[in-house]
Amino acid sequence: MATLAAVLATTHHPFYLKATTAPPEQQMPQAPEWKRKIEAYRETLTRAKPDILVMVGADHFHQFFLDNYPTFLIGKAPRYDATFYNEEREFGIPKYVLEGHEELSNFMHQGLMDRGFDFAFSHELKLDHSIICPIITTRPDADLPVVPIYTNIFVPPLPSPKRFWDLGRAIREIIDEYPSDQRIAAVGSGHLSLELGGPRQFKETGPDPVFDRKAIEWLSTGNIDAILENVTHDSMTKSGNATHGFMDLILMLGIAGPIPTAYHDNLDLFHTMEAYFTWYPEGAAA
Amino acid sequence: MSKYYVNKFLFTVDRDPDLLRRYKDDPRSLVASWEQSIGPKLNDAEISTVNFLTDAEREALIKHDYVTLFEMGAHFFLSLTIFIAIYDEDYMTKNGPLSFQREFAEKLQHWTGKDYPSVALWQAAAR
Repeated sequence: MATLAAVLATTHHPFYLKATTAPPEQQMPQAPEWKRKIEAYRETLTRAKPDILVMVGADHFHQFFLDNYPTFLIGKAPRYDATFYNEEREFGIPKYVLEGHEELSNFMHQGLMDRGFDFAFSHELKLDHSIICPIITTRPDADLPVVPIYTNIFVPPLPSPKRFWDLGRAIREIIDEYPSDQRIAAVGSGHLSLELGGPRQFKETGPDPVFDRKAIEWLSTGNIDAILENVTHDSMTKSGNATHGFMDLILMLGIAGPIPTAYHDNLDLFHTMEAYFTWYPEGAAA
Repeated sequence: MSKYYVNKFLFTVDRDPDLLRRYKDDPRSLVASWEQSIGPKLNDAEISTVNFLTDAEREALIKHDYVTLFEMGAHFFLSLTIFIAIYDEDYMTKNGPLSFQREFAEKLQHWTGKDYPSVALWQAAAR
């Protein structure tokens, strides 16, 4: 059976690459610290020696729109283009092509259906920054095949936080059952408190630093009970209008299980709290 | 009112460099041609006949009026992204990084601490 080599849950700040590759005199003061933290975080994936990446993210109205917006979707393509024109324009993120892994995509899709998650699927999927940002930060060579999973954290009605946890648990079972000797890592991205296009955007801190501290505590201790007691769609809205991306971090905890992280770190940037979590559910990487 | 159609405008214009340039340079003309030939497209072959902009929505789009669009429940991500594309560079040159984003937030300050208009497309009528 396959080995779950690592589970990573990370915020996906789209300006990381631009902020850390600008000429030094144009960089923000936190750029060197940010880069150090990202490189340390990257090492937690590298040392797990993964062969395949299950990537969890959310399409930000790049391929999908309100005429047909999937609640949960799995990519089943042999390869994936990444980065849309408006992401290059706004964030300076380059284009990538990632290899797919059709066999694991198919196995995952069937396993999800068998467990009551009737996923939408795509055989021509272009990935957006929710998946390519964590590639840039944790696997910049982009040299591993991926199985992309998209969730709706973006357009109401959204699935419940509990549903994200349950989906993570289902993905874990499927990875554990995958008949292969390969090492699979799951890497997903989301947010802590976040405001976009509202009165609390782009402040000195994220819109709800109190929530951010609690969320880091809950995730790093694997405390799903506290998350499900405290986090609702309404509570996330109060923490910032785009905070619902936190549910993808709950999903990643679902893949790891209710256990403490092996590694976590965070960085208070000018308008968000960036946070990085790694679990080794099957023990520390060799 | 059609939140869907306002969002469709923001979505289709933001992803197309030529439409975006025309929306910056001459919004009235771009909104008119969008309503005529772009908005109704379901795909390259099919036309949809079911959506329309209200006068208030049309005016908000023509005026780049992101406060009104916020209050109509246009999706925050679409609205922020397209107006960053239109204004960020000019503001940056004049007033430095994030000056447009901060002005955007400032103009919405009257919503701080209140329930924002929902971006959900369906809502029960207010009682």
